[in-house]
Amino acid sequence: MTSEKSNVGWYFLGIVLFIYAIAFILKREIFLKAIYYVASIFSKIIPIFLLVFVLLVIINRFIKPQSLAKHLGEESGIKGWIIAIIAGIISTGPIYLWYPLLNELQKHGVRNGIIATFLYNRAVKPALIPLMIYYFGLKFTIVLTFFMILASLAQGMIIEKLVGVKS
Amino acid sequence: MKQAIYKAARGMYNSLPVLISAILLVGLANAVVPKSFYSYFFSRNLIIDSFIGSALGSILAGNPITSYVIGGELLKQGISLVAVTAFIVSWVTVGIVQFPAEAILLGKKFAFYRNLSAFFLAIVVAILTVFVVSFI
Repeated sequence: MTSEKSNVGWYFLGIVLFIYAIAFILKREIFLKAIYYVASIFSKIIPIFLLVFVLLVIINRFIKPQSLAKHLGEESGIKGWIIAIIAGIISTGPIYLWYPLLNELQKHGVRNGIIATFLYNRAVKPALIPLMIYYFGLKFTIVLTFFMILASLAQGMIIEKLVGVKS
Repeated sequence: MKQAIYKAARGMYNSLPVLISAILLVGLANAVVPKSFYSYFFSRNLIIDSFIGSALGSILAGNPITSYVIGGELLKQGISLVAVTAFIVSWVTVGIVQFPAEAILLGKKFAFYRNLSAFFLAIVVAILTVFVVSFI
């Protein structure tokens, strides 16, 4: 799945480069204007990407998906919701890698709300915060993160109302 | 440690083609599309703009890094912060592309209601965030 996914990305890049080649031949001024803009974006975000990479290495070094998932099933009270939030935030890797693990937890009786809250918090990524701050500012990043955590709890509760506490 | 570096490098490498493509398209759009074009799609109405932003983010998928770059550049083109916020939130919380896998492994009903509620929550989160940020 990963290789298929990455191949699609490379094909997509190929198409975009082809469009640039056409622009280079037919509309040189548009090509140059676009390249100048792209270069200005890259020059600004490359240092932030290096920071993101370092943060990803640190998170990958200390957090293992299996042990993280195990904790989701341990508590079902307020502690369970808090663990779902923290686990969702610090979890890494593509979402589809988590589905089989979550499916196992669901079978073992973990609440649907806890799983939904965990999935929502995967949107809050500490490693990407520097990039978010660069584009949207510190104030925005803090407020958005706060509301996303609140929304994750709201979603957990909505799911339990609509789908049921357990599948 | 080696494994952690490899995993991080692989994650970034996998997102690289889409990210570079997105930046190249943003560059091209900046060169070709006049800024007034975007205002044609975004009405400056809080609800409608956040709805459009959330819909766009739901359809598109990929690494959150890409959504920040696209969102940040859209903001520079004059798109409202509420639309961009809904876009970056739904990008990561709504997964139309992953829906079949989610439905098979976690249940159709679960996947449907989770994605649907995430879509509307993206609008609520965007409006609340922009409202609070404007007061701080």
